[in-house]
Order: sequence, then structure tokens, then C-alpha cells
Amino acid sequence: MTVQTEQMPKSLAGLPGRLLSLDRAAVLRWLRRRLAAIVPPLVMLVLLLGLWELLCRGGHAPLPPPSQVIHDTWDLISDPFFDNGGTDKGLFWQIAASLTRVAQGFLISAVVGISLGVLIGQSSLAFRGLDPIFQVLRTVPPLAWLPLSLAAFQAATPSAIFVIAITSVWPIILNTAVGIRNIPQDYRNVARVLRLSGPEFFFKIMLPASVPFMFTGLRIGIGLSWLAIVAAEMLIGGVGIGFFIWDAWNSSLISEIIVALIAVGIVGYILDRLIGALGDLVAGNVKS
Amino acid sequence: MSSYLSIEQVGVSFDTERGPYVALRDVNLKVARGEYISIIGHSGCGKSTLLNLVAGLLRTTTGAILLEDREVSEPGPERAVVFQNHSLLPWLSVYDNVKLAVDKVHGKTRSRAERRDWVLHNLALVGMSHAIERKPGEISGGMKQRVGIARALSMEPKVLLLDEPFGALDALTRAQLQDKVMEIQTRLGNTVIMITHDVDEAVLLSDRIVMMTNGPAATIGEILTVDLPRPRNRLTLADNPTYVKARAAVMEFLYARHAINKVEAA
Ligand SMILES: Nc1ncnc2c1ncn2[C@@H]1O[C@H](COP(=O)(O)OP(=O)(O)O)[C@@H](O)[C@H]1O
Ligand SMILES: [Mg+2]
Repeated sequence: MTVQTEQMPKSLAGLPGRLLSLDRAAVLRWLRRRLAAIVPPLVMLVLLLGLWELLCRGGHAPLPPPSQVIHDTWDLISDPFFDNGGTDKGLFWQIAASLTRVAQGFLISAVVGISLGVLIGQSSLAFRGLDPIFQVLRTVPPLAWLPLSLAAFQAATPSAIFVIAITSVWPIILNTAVGIRNIPQDYRNVARVLRLSGPEFFFKIMLPASVPFMFTGLRIGIGLSWLAIVAAEMLIGGVGIGFFIWDAWNSSLISEIIVALIAVGIVGYILDRLIGALGDLVAGNVKS
Repeated sequence: MSSYLSIEQVGVSFDTERGPYVALRDVNLKVARGEYISIIGHSGCGKSTLLNLVAGLLRTTTGAILLEDREVSEPGPERAVVFQNHSLLPWLSVYDNVKLAVDKVHGKTRSRAERRDWVLHNLALVGMSHAIERKPGEISGGMKQRVGIARALSMEPKVLLLDEPFGALDALTRAQLQDKVMEIQTRLGNTVIMITHDVDEAVLLSDRIVMMTNGPAATIGEILTVDLPRPRNRLTLADNPTYVKARAAVMEFLYARHAINKVEAA
């Protein structure tokens, strides 16, 4: 599935040119490839939905079948933009609120993570001092940070942002550090022979050489952020997809939970692809 | 006595887990301006160490290295290095790899257009004008090595340092590049120190061949002057008595008097 979607932007980019040249064989080939990519997951989806429908039909199952879910939540699905004040808002606003927190936390962790990664990647003293501490801290589960951050910040939103940042910072630090440490000694020697200054070395050699590693870290980080925000919001409340799910559970609106879960999955997937595509773009300029 | 480049009583020891390792001891060598020197010796004897000392990438433990009577204390573009595995930056095109060096070394003294011409000139010198927009990953090993040489030449170094520049190449490419380097050196009169473990290469290219003993505590065992006129032609040299004698002398040094198995058996 991953492979198919990675091909999509490229094929789409090539399409207009090919249509202009009216190369029918190429268009047909393109269509066939698209179909080959889209049909199998679609068939699987229909099969799974059918199975679910069969298993949960008849009112005895604890979970509603898909037809029931759509029936129950049609208002929610059809209008993601309603706003009745308080936490009673459409899915769009719930997800937007969560994404805002993730964006803030992730920005902090990207800046802090890359800086610390460069530090422990460059200085073996800093590495020896900090790496064991990082290795211990990174195993702490995201939610375990929440009580501490609530105590420290005395407010829900900064605490949630802190949890995002602290959760996603470790893979960014560690991958950046690996990237920096992997810079071949030869590149460093080239820089020394040329007498590159510190900033010149950073921008002309260190950054391009380690950028693929940084993006690996950023990509893992954004995934963890999204995992953490949903869990954190369940506890801190307010507008946000996490609390929306918790609220639905408290009101026994199982269908709403299912719709929200699907939305969470899709948004998480898009975030991952976005950072991945950005990484490919940057690394594409950098590598061969 | 003063000379262009002088290596005086140089010794190097590395700190290792098993205590200090003396790689070089009592190395003395004087190099004249415009001279082509080869350093030959068995693998691991300390050739790269010696070259890195001249480059300034390593510090001497004892002794000193003087270039035009000034002590070498750090790396710099006046002692440009062509590294064993080309070490081009893979994210930059061939042109940009050389441009990085040219901008840094000549940025203050030459205009943008002059620098552009200078990059192109040096790439033309090594026969790489046809591929300036390619990335290192898209060209052959021999071409990468050419670009590495162009980058080093573009710095207009006082001393050009080559660490087994043709080691990873096939015989044909190697011969082509050797001829290219000879031609460039004859034209520009560079002072060159080249590491090699190829006897024919050493004899063909050098004014003097520095033969190193095996480590630890390696030093210069013998220096052979190759008295052959330039330009040299590999075809006509093959049965030239001076060439044959020089070749035999280096072989004798490497494989009879300082054979590697003596060390490994010890
Ligand atoms: N940084 C270092 N630390 C410890 N030992 C080193 C270091 N660099 C080189 N050596 C040792 O010094 C010796 C000479 O190495 P080198 O100059 O690379 O040999 P060559 O280039 O002749 O093959 C080798 O035995 C090598 O293991
Ligand atoms: Mg070597």
C-alpha cells in the first residue's frame, strides 16, 4: 500500500503533459497502473466492511455495523464545520484544534531535537554525557509526562503541547545525531583543507549530509506526536479529537467514536506522508 | 639547509587502547619546488599518516614540517589533497564541487565571472568539461578522481598531495589518468607528493621515489632518483635500461628486503 501511494504524485505530475501530447497508449498505461494500485485496497475494504456488517447485524452485537454507523453519524459526517459553541463543534474544528497543538509541540521538538542532535553528534563529550540520559527518558510513555507537566504549567494547553514535544523529541535527537556522526571523515577533511568556517561547514556540509537522517527522525516524531495528542486530550478535555472520542464514550455514542477513529487514522496518515514527501524533496536536492 | 618543503625528524605516535602506537619515527625529507615525489611502501606502514602530516590534518608528535620555512600547523588550500576515495560531496554537481573550493579560496581576489571561468578551466584540464552538471553518483570512479584532481588544482596549491589517487581504478583508466597527471604537472610545474603501492606508477611519474620501511616506527628506508627525461612515454620506457633498473631497485626493496610477511610472521 505504501508503494502505491508513493507512486501517485509522480504519475499525476506526468499526466497533463502526456494528455497534451495525446499519447493514448501512455494514457492507457497510466490508467492501468492507477487501477492496479487502487482496485486491490478497495476490494479489501469492501470485503472487510461486508464482514463487519455481517458480524454486527441484528442488534445483538456490542458494536454497530457500518450501515448503522453511517446512519447514526450522518450529521457529523455531512457537516464537519458546524459550531454550536463549547466543545460541540464539527469534526473539522476538533481535528484543527488537535493539529494546532501538534504543530506547536512538534515545532518545538523539531528545533530542540535537531539542535541537541547536532550537539551530541558533533561533540563526543556531549554524547557521552547526554546519550545515556536520553536513552532512559525516551522510554517514558507520553502520558506519564502529563501529570508532571500539568503540575509545572498549571494549565491544560501548554501541558498538552509539552507532552507532544517531549514525546516526539527523542527520535529527532537520536536520528540527527546518527546523521551527524555518520558524516564521512573525508568530508570533514575537505572542509578543513578549504578552511571552511563554522557556519560554512554547517550549511554546506553538515546539513546536506545529515538531512535524510533528520527527516527520518522528524517522520517518526510526527507519528508519535499524533499518537500522544489523542491520548493527552482525552485527559485534558476541551476542543480536540481526543476529548471528542472520550466525550462520545461517556455519552455511549459508539458510532461517533468509530467515525472519529477513522478521521484520526486518515489525518495521521496524511501527516506521515507530508513529512515523508518533504523529506524526499529535500533529500532529492541533496542526494544523487 | 633550507628547501621548499622540508620534513624534519618527524615522528608520530597514536594513543590507542593498547597504549601508544609509534607509527613513524625519524622521518627526514627535503622536497624541491616543482619536484614529483612518490612515497611507496607496504599497506599500513604509515604513508597516509605522513601525507596527512604534510596536509596538516594530523599533528607531528616530534619534529616539524616546514613549507617555505614556515611551520605547517593546520590544513589549508596551499596544500591541497586528493583523497584516496575522491571524497566529492555527493549532493553537489561536478561543477559545484569545484566551485565550492574556488569560491572559498579565490572568493576575495577574483570576480564571479573569473571564478566561473577558473572552475571550467580546471575541469577542462582533467577532461571533464562534458559532465559538469552531473552528480558524483552518476559518473565513473575514474571521472570522480579527475574531478577530485581538478578541485585540488583549482586551489593553486604550493604542494599537491595525492593519496593513492589511482588505487581504485581499472588498469586502463589508471594509465589514462597517470598520463593526464603527468601532462598537467609538466605544464604547470606543481610540486607533488603522491602515495602509491604500484611500482610502475612510481617509476613512471616520479623524480624521486621514497621507499618506506614497515611499521611500527616506520621510516624512510631509501630514496631513489629516477633519472628519466620528460615527457615520459610508457610505451618507449618499457625497455629503457634506466627505467628497468629503477623498477628492479624498488621491487628489491619492497619484496626482498622489506617483505611484508617478515612483519606479519613476527
Ligand atoms: N588515528 C589512528 N589511531 C591509531 N592508529 C592509527 C591511526 N591512524 C593510523 N594508524 C595506524 O598507523 C599505521 C599507519 O597507517 P596509515 O598511514 O594509514 O598506513 P598506509 O597509508 O601506509 O596504509 C597503521 O598501522 C594504522 O593502523
Ligand atoms: Mg593509506
